Amino acid sequence: MAVTDLTAAPAKGSKRAVLVRLAKYFLRYKWRVLTAFFLMLGSNLFALIGPWLSGLAIDAIALESGVDFAAVSRCCLLMTIFYVIASALSYILSVLMIRLSQTIVRSMRQDVFDKILLLPVSLMDGMQAGDLINRVSYDIDTVNASLSNDILQAATSVVTVVGAFVGMALASPIMLTVLLVTVPIAVVITVVRSKTVRPLFRKRSAKLAQLNGFSEEMLSGLKTIKAYGEEAPIIEKFRQKNTEAVDAYYAADYYGSLIGPAVNFVNNLGTVLISTAGAFLYLYGFVSLGNISSFLLYSRRFSGPINEYANIMGEIQSALAAAERVFRLLDAPEETADVENAAQLTEVRGAVAFEHVKFSYDGEREIIHDLSFEAAPGQTVAIVGPTGAGKTTLVNLMMRFYDPQSGRILLDGTPIDRFTRRSLRAAFTMVLQDTWLFEGTIFENIAYGKEGASREEVERVAKEAHVDDFVHMLPAGYDTPVTDGGANLSKGQRQLITIARAMLSPAKMLILDEATSNVDTRTEILIHDAMAKLMRGRTSFVIAHRLTTIVGADLILVVRDGDVVERGTHRELLAAGGFYKEIYSAQFE
Amino acid sequence: MKFVLSYLSPYKGRMAVGFLFKVVGTVAELVLPLIMSYMIDDVVPTGNVLALSLWGGGMLLAAVAALLGNVKANRMASKVARDTTERIRSDLFCKTLSLSARQVDEVTLPSLVSRLSSDTYNVHNMIGMAQRLGVRAPILLVGGIALTFMVDAILALVLLASVPVIALIVFLVTRRGVGLYTQLQRSADSMVRKVRDDYTGIRVIKALSKGGYESASFRAVNEQVSRNETKASVTMGIANPLLNAVLNLGMAAVVFVGAYRVAGGNAMPGDIIAFTSYFSIILNAVISVSRIFVMLTRGGASAKRIGAILDLPAELVPMPDLPAGEAEGDGADVIRFEHVSFSYGGAPALEDIHFTIRKGQSLGVIGATGSGKSTLVALLLRLYDPSAGQVIIDGQDVRRYEEKTLRKKFGVVFQSDFLMAASVKENIDFERGLADEEIVRAAQYARADEFIRAHEGYEGMLTAKGANYSGGQKQRLLIARALASSPEILVLDDSSSALDYRTDAALRKTLLENMQDTTVVMIAQRISSVRFADKILVLDGGRAVGFGSDEELMRSCEVYRRIYASQHGEGGDCDGCN
Repeated sequence: MAVTDLTAAPAKGSKRAVLVRLAKYFLRYKWRVLTAFFLMLGSNLFALIGPWLSGLAIDAIALESGVDFAAVSRCCLLMTIFYVIASALSYILSVLMIRLSQTIVRSMRQDVFDKILLLPVSLMDGMQAGDLINRVSYDIDTVNASLSNDILQAATSVVTVVGAFVGMALASPIMLTVLLVTVPIAVVITVVRSKTVRPLFRKRSAKLAQLNGFSEEMLSGLKTIKAYGEEAPIIEKFRQKNTEAVDAYYAADYYGSLIGPAVNFVNNLGTVLISTAGAFLYLYGFVSLGNISSFLLYSRRFSGPINEYANIMGEIQSALAAAERVFRLLDAPEETADVENAAQLTEVRGAVAFEHVKFSYDGEREIIHDLSFEAAPGQTVAIVGPTGAGKTTLVNLMMRFYDPQSGRILLDGTPIDRFTRRSLRAAFTMVLQDTWLFEGTIFENIAYGKEGASREEVERVAKEAHVDDFVHMLPAGYDTPVTDGGANLSKGQRQLITIARAMLSPAKMLILDEATSNVDTRTEILIHDAMAKLMRGRTSFVIAHRLTTIVGADLILVVRDGDVVERGTHRELLAAGGFYKEIYSAQFE
Repeated sequence: MKFVLSYLSPYKGRMAVGFLFKVVGTVAELVLPLIMSYMIDDVVPTGNVLALSLWGGGMLLAAVAALLGNVKANRMASKVARDTTERIRSDLFCKTLSLSARQVDEVTLPSLVSRLSSDTYNVHNMIGMAQRLGVRAPILLVGGIALTFMVDAILALVLLASVPVIALIVFLVTRRGVGLYTQLQRSADSMVRKVRDDYTGIRVIKALSKGGYESASFRAVNEQVSRNETKASVTMGIANPLLNAVLNLGMAAVVFVGAYRVAGGNAMPGDIIAFTSYFSIILNAVISVSRIFVMLTRGGASAKRIGAILDLPAELVPMPDLPAGEAEGDGADVIRFEHVSFSYGGAPALEDIHFTIRKGQSLGVIGATGSGKSTLVALLLRLYDPSAGQVIIDGQDVRRYEEKTLRKKFGVVFQSDFLMAASVKENIDFERGLADEEIVRAAQYARADEFIRAHEGYEGMLTAKGANYSGGQKQRLLIARALASSPEILVLDDSSSALDYRTDAALRKTLLENMQDTTVVMIAQRISSVRFADKILVLDGGRAVGFGSDEELMRSCEVYRRIYASQHGEGGDCDGCN
C-alpha cells in the first residue's frame, strides 16, 4: 500500500519552511501582530528608561556638592511612572499574545481535525488513533506554549538588547568596546547548540508520539488484555517505550541544560571585564559613578535577554519539531481531488453498473479480478460468498473509499469518478457490520442520518426499527448518552440504532453490510417490515450470511476468491445446484 | 501533588548533591557584584593596580565556578526528572491496566489516555523545571536580599517591604490557577474523545457526508479548550507584570531613601550601585519564580489527575475468605451460577440466573439483543462482580481466585474484540510466549491457517485495528488467539457472526473434535451455532427462560421455538431444503 510515511525524517532546510508556515498563521492577524509589536516596543522602551533615570539619580546623589534632592525626587517619581506604565503595557501585551496564540492554535487544531476528515480511508487505516490524538493535543500544545511565550520573549529580547546597547553606548563607549569582546562567544555557543540540539528535540517528539500511540492502542484493548491476564508483557513493552521516551527527553535536556549556564557565564565574564575596566577608567577619571551604574544595569539587561533567549531556544526547538509533525499531517495527500468539472450528483435514479473492475489494496494481492454486473434502479442486489472473498471491498469501491486499478463503475450511466465525492456518497445510506455510534445521546445518533431531523421523525424511525422498545427502558430515554465502554447498550442495540439512522436518510441507494448480524433473529423478523420499507424505492446492496434476508433479492452475486462465480435469483441458483446451493444448505446442517 | 514527592524520595541523595552544585553555582554568581562593589568603593581609591587585577581574576574564577556548578546541577536535575517520570508513568500504566471494568467506565478511556500522555508530560516538565529554577531562583532571591542587607540594612528593609506584597500576589494567582488548569485538562479529555470517535467512524462520516457536522462539533470542543486555556493563561499572566511593577517601585524607593542616607553620611554612592546590581538579580529571580509557579500550577493540576487514578481503590480483589460454594455431588461442576443478579447501575441486566455446567458439557447461550448474554460473560470472567448470588468455577467462587489464576482458565473472544498493529503471530500469541506449533495449530482449528498463508503468512503485519483483514478473517484470528493456549474454558461471545455458515459449521466441528477437554461456552444469535451444545441457556430480558438441550427446549421453551422458527421456517423458499 502506498502509505505516506508521516513519521519519516524531514528534508533538509525544513526548519525554514516550518518557520515560514508558522509565520503565515501569524500574518492572518496582521493588525493584532502589529499592535502587539508596538505594545512590546512601548513596554520595553519604558522599562529601559529606568536604568538611565537611576543613573541620573545616582549622579545627583554623588555630587561633590552633596545630594541634589530635587533631582533625585524627580528621577524617582519618573521611574515610578515609567515602570508602572511598562508593567501595564506588558500585561496588556501578554493578554493580547495569549489571545492571538489561542486564535492561531485553535485554527491550527481545527485545520488538523478537518484534515483528518479529508484523509483517504486507506491512509487512516494505517494510522493509530493515538498518533492523531498526539498531534491534536500534545504537538499543538507545544506550539502554543511557544507562540504565546517564546516569540514574545524573543521579540522582547531583540528590543531590549538593541535598547540596552544604545544605553551602554551613551553611558560609556569605551566600556562598551570591552564588553563587545564577549559577544562572539555568545553567538558561537548559540549556533553550535542549535545544531546539536535540534535533532535531539525532533527525536524527543517522535519517541513521545510512539509511546502515546502505544498506550492508546493498548488501552483500547484493555478488556482483552485483562481477560487473558497478559498485563505483564504489555507493561514490559510499555516500560521499554517509556524508557526510550524519557531517555530522548533527557538527551535533549542534557545538551539543552548546558546552554543556560554557558550563556550566563558569558554574561558574568562581561561583568568581570566591565567591573575591572570600569574600575580602571573611574580611577583615571574617564567615567562617572553614575555612568558605571547605568552601564552595569544596561549590561545586565543586555545579557539577561540573551540568557533568556538561550532558555527559550530550547522550547522553540521542541515547538518546531512539534509544528513539523503537525504540518506533515496537514500536507498528507488527501483523497485524490475530484476531477475537474466534477458533476454534482443531484437527481439519482439508482442504476449501478460494474464494468470489468479489478482491484487490489496493496498493489500485489488482487482482491477483485474482473467483476461486471448491473443493477436497475430500485433493485436489490445481494452479494454472498465466503468471508474474505471481497464483499466489503465492493462497498469500498462504490463509495470511492478506494478506486479500482482498472475498469469502471457507473451510476446512472456515468462513471462515478465524474461526480464529486461528497455528492456521490450522499446518494448512499448504509448500515455496516461494525456499528459506529459517537459519544452523544441516542437521539443525536439517530438524527445524524438527516440534517435537521425533528424529534418526531427520529421517534418514528426508532419505533419502526424497534429501537423504541429498549430506549423506553432507559432512565433518560432518547437522551441517554452512548458511552465509550458501551456498557449500557448491547452490540445488537447499537446496530438497531444505525438502522434507524439509515431510515432517516433520503438517499436513493442503500448498502447493508451484515446489517443485522448482531441482531437476534426474532428482532430481525420484527424489523422485517421496516427493512423492507427501507429498501423500497432504493437500489440496495445487501451483504449477508443469513440467507433468509436475501432470498427475495432481484440479483444474487456469488463471490468467491474475487470472482463472481454464479449469478441469478435465489430459485435459479438453487436449481443450478452449484456453490450457492452448497452454502445455502450449510446453514441448516 | 503529595505522591510526586513520594516518587522523588528515592532520589533524595542525588537531589541533595545537585542542590549543592546549584548552590555553589548560584552563590558564585552572587559573589560577582559583591566583589565589584568592593573594587569600586575600596580598591579604586587606593589606586592599587595589582589588587584591582587580582580581584578581577577572582571574579573570573567565580564566573567559572558558576558555569560548572550550574551545568552539573542541571544535568543531575534532568536525570531525576527522567527517572521519576519514568516510574510515575509506568505505575500509572500498570494501575490503569489493573482498573476494574466499572472504574474504566467511570473515568472513561479518553480521559485515561490523556492522563497517560499529556498529564505525565506536564509533570515531567514540572519536576525538571522545579529543580532547576526552583533552587536557583530562591537562592538568588534570598541571597540577593541577604547581600543587600550586608550593604545597607535600612535600604534593604525598604526593598524587603515589597516581599509580602509579592507573596500575596503569588498566593492568590496560584490558588485560582490550579482550578483553571484542572478545567483545562478536563476539556482536553473531550477533545481526545472526539478525535478517537471520528477516527473509528471515519467511513460512516464520509458515507453520510457528515464532515461539516463533525468539523462543527469539534469546533465546539476546540473552542472550549481554547477558552479554558485563555482563562488560565491570562490569570497566570498577571503575576509577572505585577511583580515587576512592585519590585521596580521598591527600587525607586531605595534610590530615594538612599539619597537621604548618603546625605546623612550613612551610605556610600557605591552602595547604591551595588544595590541596583543586586536588584536586577532579585528581579530576574522573581520573574523565574513566577514562571515556576505557572509550571507548578499546571503540573500540579496534572499531578492531581494522575494521583486520582493511582489512588483508586483496587477493585475485584481476590477474597479467599468467602465460602467456597458447595460442590454439588462429585465436585465435577465446571461452571455454576447461583441465583446471580447484576445491574450496571440502572435496570437489572441479569436477574436470578441459576444453572450448572458439568465437566465435559458445553454451554450455548442464546437470546434477543440486549438480553444479557455479554453480561453473563463479563461475570464469568469477573470483569464485574454480581450484585447478588455467586458465580462458581471449578467449585470455587470466582471472587476467591487470584485474578491471574482465574483468567488463565479462559480463552475468550469478545464482541468487537481487539487486534493490534503487530504481526499475525503476535496477535495470536498475545504475549503468552506460545510455541510456533501451538499458534499454527490454533490457526488451523480456527480455520484461519489457509488465509493467513494466502495473505502474508504468520509474520505478515496487521494495521491498526486489523483493518487490512476482512471481518470474518479478523474473527477467525481472534478465535485462534482464544484457542492457542488450550484453555480449560473457551468463551466465544458472538464471535462467528461474520462467518458464513459453512465456515462456521466447519469451525464448530473442529472445535468439538479437537478440544474435548475444553468446556465450550458459545454465545450466538444463530440457533445453528448453539444447538450442538449439551446445555443451552435461553435469555430474555435478563432472565433465564429456558435451560436444557436443544431437544428439551424445542419441547418446553416457547421463546426457543420462536427463535428456531424465525431462522428456519418463515422464508417460504426454504421448503424442502431443510
